[in-house]
Amino acid sequence: MMQVAQWFAAWSLPLIIAFIPVYAYLIKKVPVYDTFIDGAKDGFSTVLALLPHLVGMLVAVTVFRESGAMELLVNALNPLLQPLGVPPEFLPMALLRSISGSGSMAVMTDIFQTHGPDSFLGRLASTMQGASDTTLYVLTVYFGSVGIRKARYAVKVGLLADLASVIAALFVTHWFFG
Amino acid sequence: MINAIWVILLVTGVIVAALNGRIDVVTEAVLGGAKQGVIVCGGLLSIVVFWMGLMKIAEAAGLVQSLAKLIYPLARFLYPSVPKDHPAMGSIVANMSANMLGLGSAATPLGLKAMQQLQDLNPHKDRASDAMCTLLAVNTSGLTIIPATVIGLRMQYGSTNPTQIVVTTLLATFLATTCAVFLDRYFRARERRKGGWQV
Repeated sequence: MMQVAQWFAAWSLPLIIAFIPVYAYLIKKVPVYDTFIDGAKDGFSTVLALLPHLVGMLVAVTVFRESGAMELLVNALNPLLQPLGVPPEFLPMALLRSISGSGSMAVMTDIFQTHGPDSFLGRLASTMQGASDTTLYVLTVYFGSVGIRKARYAVKVGLLADLASVIAALFVTHWFFG
Repeated sequence: MINAIWVILLVTGVIVAALNGRIDVVTEAVLGGAKQGVIVCGGLLSIVVFWMGLMKIAEAAGLVQSLAKLIYPLARFLYPSVPKDHPAMGSIVANMSANMLGLGSAATPLGLKAMQQLQDLNPHKDRASDAMCTLLAVNTSGLTIIPATVIGLRMQYGSTNPTQIVVTTLLATFLATTCAVFLDRYFRARERRKGGWQV
């Protein structure tokens, strides 16, 4: 089972990278290189749009960590979270995930820098970042676009689903790498 | 909410540094954090530019539509209130497929189009319909097959196995999305029982 997972993890990306251009060029007759350049141009604006968010968030997170405030938080929450298998350093990221995607990404890179991407915390943060989307952003944009003011139970469901993704990320990371 | 969190992080940081008698750390941390933000973007640039180019090819080759065909039966189950051949169904499956492929910039316009078409079916224009709530639940739990950005960032920070988290992410996102669908159904049934909204 783990072997299959390892194999899948190692091969999925190369296979996709090989399959898409071959399929597009040989079967669908897409001018692959021109299309690639066309799409790649958008990569610039995507990353540039992210820059202010990452700078703003990383400054706040770094000040919080370097001042010793993170340590206080970790020490205070450790007795509570340790028995549950939750590393306290993970808490700021879990809280930010539903509010701001770039915010939780900033915390993730801070975890990578401090603990390394291959640490348990680094793997947990990676899994969490990919396993969920920014609920409050999606809610505002989607409902706002058609003038929905009564969201019924949608907010509750979105936030509970975020909690579920935190628990799922913890569970799966413990299972595979614990 | 993001405003409050940002201020809290900064202010507690400054206060704790002052109490520890190490106020000089704050300036260093500000410069270091800002620099880190720019470095991260530099690293992201390489993978995002490549990935968006590749995904443009996937889009042009009609892979979004192929995936949409595959998940159509699932969509029928998820959105029982949408008529079978209504255009909203097409936008919903296209939105799901684009999300799965990690085509965030293509997924949002498709999702907004789906919302617009669901609004046509909605009898109460200022209140979310059942299908709208489901669309939101599925979108917020974020089903993605390849988390390209995370892999890129892991690479940048010197991971020995950047793709290692692909399987865990898939499993976690699958579990979370299943939960979201059940929660959506559960709260709808509860609302009906209480007689809150009559359709």
